[in-house]
Amino acid sequence: MKSRHKKLLVIVLGVAGLGIAAALILNAFQSNLVFFFSPTEVSAGKAPIDRAFRIGGLVEDGSVKRDPDGLTVRFVVTDTAKSMPVIYKGILPDLFKEGKGVVAEGKIGGDGVFAASQVLAKHDENYMPPEAAQALEQAAKAQKSLVQ
Amino acid sequence: MNLYTYASPANFYHLAGKLIPWFAWGAGLLTVWGLYISFFLAPTDFQQSEAYRIIFIHVPAAWMSMFIYLVMAFWGAIGLAFNTRLSFMMARALAPTGALFTFIALWTGALWGKPMWGAWWVWDARLTSELILLFLYVGIIALWAAIDDVKRGDRAGSLLTLIGAINVPIIYFSVKWWNTLHQGSSINLTKAPSMAAIMLQGMLVMAIAAWLYTIAVALVRVRRIILERERQTDWAKAILEAE
Repeated sequence: MKSRHKKLLVIVLGVAGLGIAAALILNAFQSNLVFFFSPTEVSAGKAPIDRAFRIGGLVEDGSVKRDPDGLTVRFVVTDTAKSMPVIYKGILPDLFKEGKGVVAEGKIGGDGVFAASQVLAKHDENYMPPEAAQALEQAAKAQKSLVQ
Repeated sequence: MNLYTYASPANFYHLAGKLIPWFAWGAGLLTVWGLYISFFLAPTDFQQSEAYRIIFIHVPAAWMSMFIYLVMAFWGAIGLAFNTRLSFMMARALAPTGALFTFIALWTGALWGKPMWGAWWVWDARLTSELILLFLYVGIIALWAAIDDVKRGDRAGSLLTLIGAINVPIIYFSVKWWNTLHQGSSINLTKAPSMAAIMLQGMLVMAIAAWLYTIAVALVRVRRIILERERQTDWAKAILEAE
């Protein structure tokens, strides 16, 4: 084997070894790398409920209620299996909407309500003109009524 | 034609000089076309309305930040294995542009995140790993600058580039492996793109423009590096005197 081929082999093996090491480390830190927990994970006791953490999911349809002070908002975060009530006082991002993704940071209070200190909107990776979105929505509705 | 001829810095210097105008003009024209699509032809988005248009800068910049790093790692590996001088010079010539695109991706991401998510910055896996990429670029450039001996500097910098290459797949797959605030990829190889055709077209034109720009400036930079390193040779002396 020529010396330069040996060197190339060392480089390839080195990078491969590094890759495996990184994969093992990331796998070990898996639980620390998640940005938020779903309501199902929270109810399964996977979230660190003794300190602040983030909860993520969809804002349940029809669950958003504003208190008379105009700032306090109550809503329910759901992952369609489990859900969690949230209370938040502050300004919501523009994309906050019923049926859309949301990530809230805070703690679970004594009453079982998640008291959020920050609410972020999580949007999906779909981009299309409003007409196309409307057409899709109508198609979905038509499908639903056919099934029923 | 023997391609290895162009592994010689002197020959590559002249070849690069001929290629630069083509890439530069291509980059300029495609940028104009891409921006025209982005601002005039692409429709409003159904949920983010006009704010989504920053995607036409953000995504090509983020793609380039990762791709340039992989190209640097490739040249570094070739240089380390075969001791080819030009490969190290290519790696050095690419680094500043890679750092620039990483910075643009982070900056436009922050400008986009504030109105849409409600935060300039969050420590999720995608954003954090992209920030690490910026630190890697800066670290590599600083390492090259800190070592006076050119050959040792080349090897040290390329070794660091190779070690850091492990970060690139982490950035790319972070939105798949962990739940992040950053949304998943709109474009990937396994399914149809989840964006309207004209939006996709604008993004791809901008991405190709970024490619051509990168090639053009990397060639300009590599020419200067070649002249600097070959300044003892007759041909380089002649060019330097003529300047």
